[in-house]
Amino acid sequence: MARYGMVIDTVRCVGCTDCVVACTTENDVPLGVHRDWVVFDTEGSFPTLHMQIRSERCNHCDDPPCVSACPTGASHIHEHGGIVLVDADKCTGCKACIAACPYDARFIHPDGYADKCTFCLPRVEQGLDPACVAVCPTLCMHFGDLDDPHSNVSTLLASRRAAPLMPEAGTKPRIYYLE
Amino acid sequence: MHELYSTRANPLIDPSLHVWGWEIAVYLFLGGLVAGIMIIGGYFMYRGRHTESICVCEQLPMLGLVLLSAGMIALFLDLEDKWHVWRFYLTFQIASPMSWGSWILLLVYPVLVLTLAIRPPRYLTQRFTALDRARNFLRGRSGLVRRIGMASMVLGAGLGIYTGILLSALGARPLWNSPLLGFIFLLSGLSSAAALVHLISRDPGESRMLARADNMFLTAESALILLFLIGLITTSRVHEEAAVLLLTGAFAPVFWVFVIALGIIIPLIIQSLAVAGKIRHVPASPVLVMAGGLALRFVIVAAGQASHWASTIH
Amino acid sequence: MIKARNMLSGPGGNNLPATRTVPTFCDLCFWKCGVIAHVKDGSLWKLEGNPLDPLSRGRLCPRGTGGIGAHDDPDRLRSPLIRKRNRGEEEWVAVTWDEAFNYIAEKMQRIMSAYGPEAVALFSHGIGGNFLKHTLKAFGTTNIAAPSFAQCRGPRDAGFRLTFGDDVSSPERTDIRNAGCLVLIGSHLGENMHNTQVQEFAEAVGNGASIIVVDPRFSVAASKARYYLPIKPGTDLALLLAWTNVVVNEGLYDKDYVGTYGFGFEQFVQSIAQYTPEWAYPETGIQPELIRTTAREMARYRPATLIHPGRRTTWYGDDTQRSRAIALLNALMGSWGRRGGFYTPVSMDVPPYPYPPYPESKKGKADNAGNKYPFAHETISTGIREATLTGLPYPVKGWFVYATNLIHALPNEAETIAAIQNLDLLVVIDVVPNEIAGWADVVLPESVYLERFDDLNVEWFREPFVALRQPVVESPHEQKPNWWIAKKLAESLGLQQYFPWKDIEEYLRHRVTAAGLSYDELRKKGIIRGAKQPIYFSEGVPAEFPTPSSKIEFYSLQLANAGFDPVPVYHRPAEGPPGSYRLLFGRAPVHSFGRTQTNRVLMDMMDENEVWMHPVTAERHGIVSGTYIRLKNQDGVFSNRVRALVTERIRHDCVYMVHGFGHTAKDLHFARGKGASDAQLITRYATDPLMGGTGMNVNFVTIEPEAA
Repeated sequence: MARYGMVIDTVRCVGCTDCVVACTTENDVPLGVHRDWVVFDTEGSFPTLHMQIRSERCNHCDDPPCVSACPTGASHIHEHGGIVLVDADKCTGCKACIAACPYDARFIHPDGYADKCTFCLPRVEQGLDPACVAVCPTLCMHFGDLDDPHSNVSTLLASRRAAPLMPEAGTKPRIYYLE
Repeated sequence: MHELYSTRANPLIDPSLHVWGWEIAVYLFLGGLVAGIMIIGGYFMYRGRHTESICVCEQLPMLGLVLLSAGMIALFLDLEDKWHVWRFYLTFQIASPMSWGSWILLLVYPVLVLTLAIRPPRYLTQRFTALDRARNFLRGRSGLVRRIGMASMVLGAGLGIYTGILLSALGARPLWNSPLLGFIFLLSGLSSAAALVHLISRDPGESRMLARADNMFLTAESALILLFLIGLITTSRVHEEAAVLLLTGAFAPVFWVFVIALGIIIPLIIQSLAVAGKIRHVPASPVLVMAGGLALRFVIVAAGQASHWASTIH
Repeated sequence: MIKARNMLSGPGGNNLPATRTVPTFCDLCFWKCGVIAHVKDGSLWKLEGNPLDPLSRGRLCPRGTGGIGAHDDPDRLRSPLIRKRNRGEEEWVAVTWDEAFNYIAEKMQRIMSAYGPEAVALFSHGIGGNFLKHTLKAFGTTNIAAPSFAQCRGPRDAGFRLTFGDDVSSPERTDIRNAGCLVLIGSHLGENMHNTQVQEFAEAVGNGASIIVVDPRFSVAASKARYYLPIKPGTDLALLLAWTNVVVNEGLYDKDYVGTYGFGFEQFVQSIAQYTPEWAYPETGIQPELIRTTAREMARYRPATLIHPGRRTTWYGDDTQRSRAIALLNALMGSWGRRGGFYTPVSMDVPPYPYPPYPESKKGKADNAGNKYPFAHETISTGIREATLTGLPYPVKGWFVYATNLIHALPNEAETIAAIQNLDLLVVIDVVPNEIAGWADVVLPESVYLERFDDLNVEWFREPFVALRQPVVESPHEQKPNWWIAKKLAESLGLQQYFPWKDIEEYLRHRVTAAGLSYDELRKKGIIRGAKQPIYFSEGVPAEFPTPSSKIEFYSLQLANAGFDPVPVYHRPAEGPPGSYRLLFGRAPVHSFGRTQTNRVLMDMMDENEVWMHPVTAERHGIVSGTYIRLKNQDGVFSNRVRALVTERIRHDCVYMVHGFGHTAKDLHFARGKGASDAQLITRYATDPLMGGTGMNVNFVTIEPEAA
């Protein structure tokens, strides 16, 4: 079975937030909350600076603490590619999953349930890339099966230096950033 | 210089996590207090001393029911989808401390009612004849009372520890990542419950006895807090940064003044002197202990949410 | 919080399928990317790039993706409005379209009989203005301008014309994709989201191109650069001349190219001999060694070295000469006409609609009296404003303003307002009640791009194509498409012979068919592409330079004859008052000028701008990031309140803000009061003597605390 993940090229990303706008329109995400976001991470002193720009979202961890924290089973791992999802019909809005996520990737939907990135499951089921990946004008985002050695994501990971965010938090995240 | 600029801006998440407010702090405090009540009350019943302790066995169980319900209301108020609260009870999620907690709370109620029936206060027996019949049934059945006392202690300990595990199981928040948190909350609950008896018991002997016990609990709690902080500092950089939030950071004033000084050290000094007969007992002391217990929950809930794994790749 | 989709209303009574896709093209900026609009259950759902489109290659920028917010923007103009009391008070009477046209036509006739038809001017931005231009040309005016010339790319195109004989134009003919070395001077690609350029920039970065960025601010582009040159603002020409000096002295230039195509190279060499890197160092703050290293880096990749000409180049008043220096550096690299440099754009042959000829004007244009700015090859918007103020060379008494917020676009708002007070008629046609609409006599509400047909986009680009804009959903109120407004206005003026077609589809079908293409195919696909054609000299494009010498003019006789420097000469820019900071401004990827601050979807990404300042600056004023401040310029004008962004990413002698915020119009309920407007602070401007462009980076501000 597939194990979906993303590989995001921080060298190409310009931080335009098209990924966020596309997510909002594709998934009818209410204005004011965001399933993905962009981080500008700058170090150094002017003019000797280094800035990394990253499009971030739920890491769909192999070992998702949000799922184990959930008291009602609303948070779960979907059979399709191991995507971490929330079943709004089971959620009470207790926010344990939000507190459990080291990436702060979840939020409370205005309708009262925990919400997050779904890797655009309905698109992925049709064989499409998630909206953020499909829209990116810099082609910096890649989506695919990490377990398939011939997938685009596996090939990229094999060819360039890459790291996930905060692996030390121990959740086995599945989004890798190319440096 | 390190600048982090994020476009996320989600409510309750940014600029730093604040999903849980006063409701959870109050719930954890009341949960701990009820745990203490159940252990102390259970202890008296288990030892067959329920006949001598007026306050502990006659008033505490009813207070426990009221305080527990108040805690449940606070928890309910925290839910974003209040009218679907029953979804907790459609499932049992073995990995989720919150699921454990919601079921433990369901067990706590009947046990508290049983302890209530051992020596129910008159204002209740006059109204509820069933309670009177239960008391009569339990009178003389000392083995059963012992078992109820044991159940109350075990469940109380479970409840007290659970209030800490609820937080410590959330690995994403380094400040909470300590197995000691459950025991700190348990001891804090015990000390608050002892302080409650110390404060309200009209029996001077019982009041003194609980003041003595409270001194023990406070001492042990201090030791655990010390170990907790040492543990964090020696675990990793992010855990050390989390401890620093309490020690010298944004939460240091509340932690040192309200939790440590006013909540533990000063009442401990007063009560030690009073127990040694050097000064008289003053009601301010147990009030400070309870307020300190509440402050502890507030500061741990807030500082824990502010603690995080560094979100940078190096 | 509002659901993005729920706030959008569906089309009313038509028999279109409730769920459908419609190809069209974007209007969030002027790049005009191909769009596939998705309608779900009768509501506009999402906008995706049209994969057939060579501009977007199927990927829109964030503004295009967020374009759905334009359709059901609650602050839209809903019906025609006529001013109730004084200009600028924003008090209106809603009228019917007929009443509005009658009012306008009567005023226009009166202006015509008193002052002639030239006394009515049109300011227009974007393809949507084409039909109004037609109506006004038919009326007899010659004064049609866009701020995109004198306030934006004019100096660049004038500088390149003077050198190569041709414009850079839009979309820029820059072959960023194939560049081995890309030099960006103040150009902040990635924050400026012109789609093709950003896509190609990312492609170049991904291919490991050497990027050199010159900017007082550590821009997104700077973060991708191999060399970042944190230049002192206003001294770019010194750096450019020093670069040419190194390239010439070290013999790094393309000698064959210069020898074959160059004119006046010897005089040029003499002229730039003085501009050594050591000379440039105290001017620019860039170390001589870094100037040499970067000059050699450029030469290493030539001719695939692209010194980007920028887009808004109206900075300091010497902008045409600076652009010429950029053109000359490119000429030294041999990049014009070469792969990785500047390609030669091509276009589809779509004949114009056969209209009757326009009336001849005896008076000519009003914007550039006496040919004061001899190298202005387009109409100067600020020149029309000046004529309106002074009545010279002749009075201008009527303005039509289409889709450009002149209050924010032209420098010195007070001059614009004074000119407006001289008018007998100001008509604003727009989608939202922005600041310029507030000063109008008549406001006409236009349908947004997702609700209308427009003129064909026959683009000059890498490859020929024609694109169609067509309605996706219906207008929610009484808004009308510009073609309808233009046609009705012409009819009210008795000019119906200029609109022989019944509706726009008849017009479009006629033009597309005349080009030998199928209109039905265009409707279905949105875009029809032509066969690829040569775009480089190496592919057979003739190396022609339509200058007076028919060569690349290193030394310009036409400049010398007009009394200007034939080779660019550096003049030190004026400093601001002590303790002040130079005010710089630019773009954000989710906004276009001041046009998008009512779009809720885009405002969700960025709903106010911030003033960037260095930590040293912030500390001097005791300012913490995120707190509100005000800026006060050298003339005592205060900005709206705006948040400080304290960051290492900027020099300590300037501050920076994103343009387009700080709206003040009463009916912009959502955008009003959010952030500050740089335009408000641009009371001074340095006019480019060659082409009349208004250099706007010549204002200085101090930082004032804002009471909480």
